[in-house]
Amino acid sequence: MLHDKDRIFTNIYGLRDTSLKGAKKLGDWSKTKSILAKGREKIINEIKESGLRGRGGAGFGTGMKWSFMPKEVTERPHYLVINADEGEPGTCKDREILRNEPHKLIEGALVASFAIGAHAAYCYVRGEFFRETEALQRAVDEAYDAGLIGEDACKSGYKFDFTIHRGMGAYICGEESALIESLEGKKGQPRLKPPFPANVGLYGCPTTVNNVESIAVTPTILRRGAEWFADLGKPHNTGTKLFNISGHVNQPCTVEEEMGVPLKELIEKHAGGVRGGWDNLQAVIPGGSSVPMLPKDICDTVHMDFDSLAEVKSGLGTAAVMVMDKTTDLVRAISRLSRFYMHESCGQCTPCREGTGWMWRMMERLAAGDARIEEIDLLEEVTRQVEGHTICALGDAAAWPIQGLLRHFRPQLEQRIADRRAADTEAA
Amino acid sequence: MTASPQDINQPETFGFDAGNLKLADSFIAKYPEGWQSSAVMPLLDLAQRQSGGWLPKAAMDTVAGMLDMPPIRVYEVATFYTMYNLKPVGKHHIQVCTNLPCWLQGSDAVVGACRKFLGIDFGMTTEDGMFTLSEVECLGACVNAPMMQIGDDYYEDLDSVFTEKILDALKAGETPKPGSQTGRHTCEPAGGLTVLLQEAGTGPGGSGDTPGPEARTGTKQEAEKGNGK
Repeated sequence: MLHDKDRIFTNIYGLRDTSLKGAKKLGDWSKTKSILAKGREKIINEIKESGLRGRGGAGFGTGMKWSFMPKEVTERPHYLVINADEGEPGTCKDREILRNEPHKLIEGALVASFAIGAHAAYCYVRGEFFRETEALQRAVDEAYDAGLIGEDACKSGYKFDFTIHRGMGAYICGEESALIESLEGKKGQPRLKPPFPANVGLYGCPTTVNNVESIAVTPTILRRGAEWFADLGKPHNTGTKLFNISGHVNQPCTVEEEMGVPLKELIEKHAGGVRGGWDNLQAVIPGGSSVPMLPKDICDTVHMDFDSLAEVKSGLGTAAVMVMDKTTDLVRAISRLSRFYMHESCGQCTPCREGTGWMWRMMERLAAGDARIEEIDLLEEVTRQVEGHTICALGDAAAWPIQGLLRHFRPQLEQRIADRRAADTEAA
Repeated sequence: MTASPQDINQPETFGFDAGNLKLADSFIAKYPEGWQSSAVMPLLDLAQRQSGGWLPKAAMDTVAGMLDMPPIRVYEVATFYTMYNLKPVGKHHIQVCTNLPCWLQGSDAVVGACRKFLGIDFGMTTEDGMFTLSEVECLGACVNAPMMQIGDDYYEDLDSVFTEKILDALKAGETPKPGSQTGRHTCEPAGGLTVLLQEAGTGPGGSGDTPGPEARTGTKQEAEKGNGK
C-alpha cells in the first residue's frame, strides 16, 4: 500500500491552491535549475533507471524513448509533444493533472525537453477539455511571468517555450502520429512507421510524444531519485500510477496507488467496493476500453501492473478500471464499445474502416440473440483479421474487447441465442 | 457533425471581427514560420464561436485564405473533427455521453430526461432554437459519470432529476453550476478521502469555495434527498 509521503500528485483532487504559489508550497519548481545542471545524458539515464514506463497505455520505457532522439541538434529543431488528448473510455486521469496539477506538467515539459534537446513543447489537449485548457494556460502564463520558462528558463540559460494546442474531437488523435498530423493542421490520420517520430516527427523534425502523466512525474523522480521510484511497485512495473475507478462501485474515484496494487484492494479501499459487495462482481475492464475484460475469478487475485495483466491476457493500458456487476448485460456493454470504435475509426485502413462497423453490427445481433452459434466463431475470426492488419492500434483496440468477451463469457452468448430461438419457436 | 453544406442556408460572406482577428493572429504566431496551417483548427473554432456555434462554408474559405491553404484541405479538417458543427445548432448544445462508464452509471436516464424535457431526439434542435441535443462519445470524466457537456462546461454525477433541473435553469436564462451535481469537489470518492488526509487538512485550501473533505455530501441519493426529492 502506498503511503501519502510517496504520492507524487498531492493535489490531484484540487483541494488545495492550484496556482504557482500553491504548487511551489507542495514542492513543484524546487531545484529545477539543478536538475537541468545534471545534463541531458544523466537525466535520461536516471529516468531509465527509475523504470518509468509510459503512462498513456502502451507502457514503453520513457527514458528509452527519450534516448532515441538524435544526440546532436542539427538544423532541424527537436520537439516535445505532450499527448493530452485523453479519450480512451474510462480514462480521466490527465484531466485532473491539467486542472489541478498543471505546474507538474509544465516543469516536467521543461525537464523532458531539455533532455531531448527541444526548445519547444506542444501540449495537445482534447478540445472538450475547455476549462482544463484554461487552467493549464493560467499556469503557463504564471510560469512565463516567473521566469520559470521562456528565454532563460529557471535562470539556466536554456530557452524553452510551452504552447497549448486544442484538439477538436477525434479519439484517433491520441495515436502519436495522428496527433502530429493534426498538430500540423491536417485530418488526424496515423502515419506509416518507419520513419518514427524520433527521426521524422512534427514538421519533419525529431519529436518525442509522451503522455501527460509520464511527463508530470519526471521532476519528482529526478528530485527524489530513480531509486526511490524504482523501489515502489514491482520490477519492470515501478512507481506509482493514477487509477480511475468507474462503473458499478459505491464511490467512483481517481486515486494514485502503487503499481502492482491488487485490483480487489484498489476497488475496496478507494472506491467503496463493488455495488452489492464483491460477490456481486461480474467482470472488470482493467485498463481502458481497449483491453480485454476479466471475469471475477481473475479479478479476485490479479495485480494492477503491466506484466501481471498481460499474463492474464489483458493489459494495464491507461489504468482505467471499469467495474461491472452481475446486473450488467456484458454483450451490450462490449457492443457499446464496438460502436465507439466504429465512430472513431479514421477510415484510412480497410480492415478497420469496414471491420469496426461489421463487428458492431454483429455484436448488436448477438446482444439480441439474433444469430447462429457458428457466427460467434466467425466474429472471433473477423477480430483476428482486423487485429494487426492496420497502420495504427485502433484496429487492435476494436478487436480486443470482443476477444475478451468471447474468451470468458462465450456461454452467455450461446445461451442468449438459444433463448431467442426458443422464444421464436414458441411464438411460431 | 456531418451535413452537406449545400443543404443549409449559408451566409454569403464571413469576416473575423476586430477582436477575433487579433486573436487569430496570436494563434498563427504560436507555430513556426511556414507552418501557419497548424493554426487551422484554432481558427475554425474561433470562426465557429463567432458564428453562433456552427461553421459556415464562407468561414472555412476565409480561414483557408488567411492560412494560404487550399480550401479543400480546410473542408477536410472541418468534416473530420466532431466538434465542428456544419449546420446551425441551438443556443445551448446539450451533449450527452452514452459510452460505457456513463451507461453503467445511468446515462439512459439522463438521455431520457433530455428527450422528455426538450421533446426532441439526438441530432435535433428545438423549434425555438434554444437547444440542440447530441449523443457524444467518452468525454473523459468517467469517475463522475454520467455526465454531459453544455457549451464549454461539464455537468457531472447526473441523474434524471439533476438533468431536468439543469435544463430548466437554462430555459429560464440562468447559468446552472457546472461540475459535480452531488457536491463532490472533483474526482475524489464521495464518501470522504481515502488518501492525502493530512495534506487536505493542513493546506491553505483551494479556491475560495473549496469545501473540506467532511463538508462534501455522501451519495447521490442523499444529495437528492437534500433537494427535496
